[in-house]
Amino acid sequence: MNKYAERLYNGIVKENPTFILMLGMCPTLAVTTSAFNGLGMGLSTMVVLVVSNLLISALRNIIPDKVRIPAYIVVVASLVTIVQLLIQAYIPVLYDALGLYIPLIVVNCIILGRAEAYASKNSPGLSVFDGLGMGFGFSIALTCIGFFRELIGAGTLLSGTPFAMSLPEAYEPVSIFVLAPGAFLVLALIIAFLNAMNIQHNGNKKVEGCDGNCASCGQSQGCTDAKN
Amino acid sequence: MNGLLNVSSSPHARSHVTTKNLMLDVALALLPATVFGVYRFGLYALCIMVVSVGFAVLTEYVFETCTKRKVTVSDGSAIVTGLLIGLNMPSTVPLWIPMLGSIFAILVVKQLFGGIGQNFMNPAMAARCFLLISFAGRMTTFDVDGVSSATPLTALKAGETVDVAAMFTGFITGTIGEVSVIAILAGGIYLLIKGVIRWTIPVIYLGSFLVFIMLFGGHGLDMYYLSAQLCGGGLMLGAWFMATDYVTCPITERGRVIYAVLLGILTGIFRLWGSSAGGVSYALILGNLLVPLIEKVTVPKAFGLEGKA
Repeated sequence: MNKYAERLYNGIVKENPTFILMLGMCPTLAVTTSAFNGLGMGLSTMVVLVVSNLLISALRNIIPDKVRIPAYIVVVASLVTIVQLLIQAYIPVLYDALGLYIPLIVVNCIILGRAEAYASKNSPGLSVFDGLGMGFGFSIALTCIGFFRELIGAGTLLSGTPFAMSLPEAYEPVSIFVLAPGAFLVLALIIAFLNAMNIQHNGNKKVEGCDGNCASCGQSQGCTDAKN
Repeated sequence: MNGLLNVSSSPHARSHVTTKNLMLDVALALLPATVFGVYRFGLYALCIMVVSVGFAVLTEYVFETCTKRKVTVSDGSAIVTGLLIGLNMPSTVPLWIPMLGSIFAILVVKQLFGGIGQNFMNPAMAARCFLLISFAGRMTTFDVDGVSSATPLTALKAGETVDVAAMFTGFITGTIGEVSVIAILAGGIYLLIKGVIRWTIPVIYLGSFLVFIMLFGGHGLDMYYLSAQLCGGGLMLGAWFMATDYVTCPITERGRVIYAVLLGILTGIFRLWGSSAGGVSYALILGNLLVPLIEKVTVPKAFGLEGKA
């Protein structure tokens, strides 16, 4: 795999910011009440991420090491302001739905994390692809969470887009899923599912004589393999 | 082999208390409230409880079989959880609501956290809160013989007068198991006598709740108001059967006192200033979450180390 494609694969699958690195939990939990909101948040973050990675990578030899965090914040904050004004001008529906969470992209730890961990050490070209990969990974994760929360909690599919559909009248929405607890539940279930797939893929070591019931097990000491 | 020659490692003296016996006692103690609920709300209430118990057991069996764990259906804990969920339902809910509640309680709250003994909050209470948030309308519509009316607690909050004697015997509206204080008390006293629970949690819970209501309820020492608060809603069921749940209450005696006082205060806060009239279920799951912390600060000193820092 060439190193540009590797960056994309890394951001979307191997180090998915939401499901693997568990970064940016605040927008992940707060705005994913529908697939459209999740996608909007993901794409806005991606735009900021790509451009900030490009700029910070280009400026990496100019920014003094001691003041690098304030310098990154200035770059990111300017970009977020531009994105915010653009969304407000062209997609007011999304602007109303995301509200406070757009300016909060400034402090999204994915953006600062990539600037610190990747863009400040690598060439602008690679940094752009890193931003794209991470941004896509974030967008896919948020859309996915939003999709399930919307489906179960409101009984609609892709509302706010031209492809909006809703479930038949007889379905009664489990409205806890569009509220805060539902965000945690859906996120946890998706991560559990992905981890289970991962374990199946990599093979799981089990201690001999383990019936999976940790409560009645005497040998909790030697069991770290099975538990992890 | 001859029993006298049988050499085994310690412990040599074992208690006869098993999970199965305890759960049987709790189920027996819930019987008066269950029977009264069926008598009061009709056979449909029985259907609700059959569905909730059935699906609790079924979920536990299916999950443990699928994940190749030891099947713990026979210890009865799923039956008690299912029964408590059923008792916490209004008598008019469609049957899929207790079904959903039981699946959520057993699958998400109990099994995903490691099965019996590992759940971080009371499964029945978590399921009730789940349903209450999701289907607020259906979970708070109380209907007896086709006449729907507010629960005494809601009426009390709205400033209307309520019949305390009826609240004590149970001829009021409410969820299936919470209406009759006397039936719940009978069960609670049975548990106390059998030694299944100790008096600490229920008595201190109710006591601290009363003190809180006296101080902040705005009615002072008005016996009528206090007894209505005490008999109303899920407080009795919660204090005797939910707060005393072995898994989710603190293990230390001092911790239990703190836990019970906390529950009393939380219930009082939710009842007086919350948006709905009841608050026992939310107080309980919030209290459950604080249990590890309470246990941490109340670890008893080991023998011989009492004087040292």
